[in-house]
Amino acid sequence: MALTTAPGATRRPGRPAPPPRQTAARRAGLGRKVRDNLTGHTFLIGAVACFAVFSWYPMVRGVVMSFQRTRRGETTWVGWDNYARIIADPSFWTAWKNTFVFTGLALVLGYAVPFFVAILLNELRHAKGYLRVLVYLPVMLPPASALFLFKFYAYDPSEAGLFNAVLTALGLPTSEWMQSPTMTMPAMVLASTWMNMGGAVLIYLAALQNIPGELYEAAEIDGAGVWRRIVHVTIPQTRLILALLAMLQIVATMQLFIEPLILANGAGTEDSATSVAYLIYQHGFFQNDLNGAAALGVIMLVVLAGFSAVYVRLTARQD
Amino acid sequence: MAVDSTRTLVSPAQLRRGRGRVLYWAVLAVVVVAFTLVFLGPLYWMVTGALKSGQEIAQTPPSLFPRDPQPQNYVDAWTNLDLAKLLFNTFYYATGAVLFQLVFDTAAAYALSKLRPVLGGLILGLMLATLMIPAMVLIVPQYVTVIDLPIVHLNLLDSPFAIWLPLVANAFNIFLLKRFFDSIPEDLMSAAVMDGASPLRTLWSIVLPMSRPILGVVAIFAVTAVWKDFLWPKLVMPSPETRTVSVGIYAFAGGTPMNVVIAASVIAAIPTVVLFLIFQRNIMSGLTTGGLKG
Repeated sequence: MALTTAPGATRRPGRPAPPPRQTAARRAGLGRKVRDNLTGHTFLIGAVACFAVFSWYPMVRGVVMSFQRTRRGETTWVGWDNYARIIADPSFWTAWKNTFVFTGLALVLGYAVPFFVAILLNELRHAKGYLRVLVYLPVMLPPASALFLFKFYAYDPSEAGLFNAVLTALGLPTSEWMQSPTMTMPAMVLASTWMNMGGAVLIYLAALQNIPGELYEAAEIDGAGVWRRIVHVTIPQTRLILALLAMLQIVATMQLFIEPLILANGAGTEDSATSVAYLIYQHGFFQNDLNGAAALGVIMLVVLAGFSAVYVRLTARQD
Repeated sequence: MAVDSTRTLVSPAQLRRGRGRVLYWAVLAVVVVAFTLVFLGPLYWMVTGALKSGQEIAQTPPSLFPRDPQPQNYVDAWTNLDLAKLLFNTFYYATGAVLFQLVFDTAAAYALSKLRPVLGGLILGLMLATLMIPAMVLIVPQYVTVIDLPIVHLNLLDSPFAIWLPLVANAFNIFLLKRFFDSIPEDLMSAAVMDGASPLRTLWSIVLPMSRPILGVVAIFAVTAVWKDFLWPKLVMPSPETRTVSVGIYAFAGGTPMNVVIAASVIAAIPTVVLFLIFQRNIMSGLTTGGLKG
């Protein structure tokens, strides 16, 4: 390796020399620039092509499709017809209501629980590795496997089910779980939280380890108890990651799909499990209405973009 | 006993003294027992439940240990669902996904980080923007694209490329890898360039050997993603010969005894669980250095 670590190391790898800032260079244009840095652009091609075909193009195509109708190979522009048809679907509002209830319940349970679990784990000086592995283990299970476990063993409505057996042993009333329209949502949130909370716990743990110890020290000297230390030190110090994970969780839970599909065979008792994502699937792949499904996808995108906008405003104001 | 000296919420001095010490050990014991029950308990129930007979699983109250273990359930699951085939398919898709992601995403992230391509900033921005688009929103137009690729008009249904290529469009990988390459000092690279190394050579002999940990993380996440994915493989791999293991179990769940479905679910979960137990350190560090990704 050369010892001449050039003092004039303004040279960048892969590019012969900084181009003179002249009109001649500018006129040489894009083609010239690409040829000068052939390797750089070749390296990009594979990934850019995949993004273009499987991400960027479908984005545009989804919006275009939502204003078209394809029937027997013929595609025509139909304006807002697909939107009108999808909104008129009797399940449309139920699906939105269910999805919001799921997202809300998941925020209460799946958002607060991992944070306090992380705080607790961060205080323990023993069995650290073991506890972290345990919390993350369900995340590694294929969701289909985990959900069959819940469906057949945990949510068995008779007293032979795991949860009902535990409830009976504790002297509490048993539940019909997925058979009961009121328990469907809480049961799905419980399964989903169990499967997914590991990731959030580990991310919070990493954030907690970055809090300077002096802050707790100072708060303690000022006479703040444990709870006030959490409120005045821990939460403000992890504010950004808390806000970010809240946003990511909302986006993830709004796409609720596999839980209703497996636990509730799709719609569930009295439509209590139908979600927006399930409705997209139902229209697109069972009712042969890809255009209507695309329209519902666009509606979902707009709703989520609304959430993101609120998030950006809230976090921007805090700073 | 690893005693961490860094200060957290509760002061270490408080934990070492009389009452604090007792309380600490009590909390620790409760947490260890509770976590074992909550996170390992259901898995125990799953593995042993699949060993019970249909009669035993329906009895009240349920038995803690299978009274008369029926390994036959696992054998039935293996043969009736053709799990060997399903597992092989999933493994094949996962391996391909690792290779495609490593080659294309590493090359692209390296180019964006070090080679300053035309419009590099814009391309990176457009890639990262896809992180904001929920997968469910794209599922329909993506499906329509895959059954009739633009320009070339190929139908990728039942072809492994329908799984491999969309996975290359993974902005999280690009972000992770680019951030890692950004942290490699320019001096090191310019030294190589002075020695006359081509960008490819620099990538191969200097950058990649340094990046082994991050490449490992990308590979593990690729395997896990393929193993856990459900809806996309269900749509693009419709025929029984090309199904992944999750989709295959779901397809059989209707007409198969409950215990056999659970036995199949246990077998399907083994590869990712083993992978996790071996690479837990890499997985956890990858998850936290990435910072985001739910």
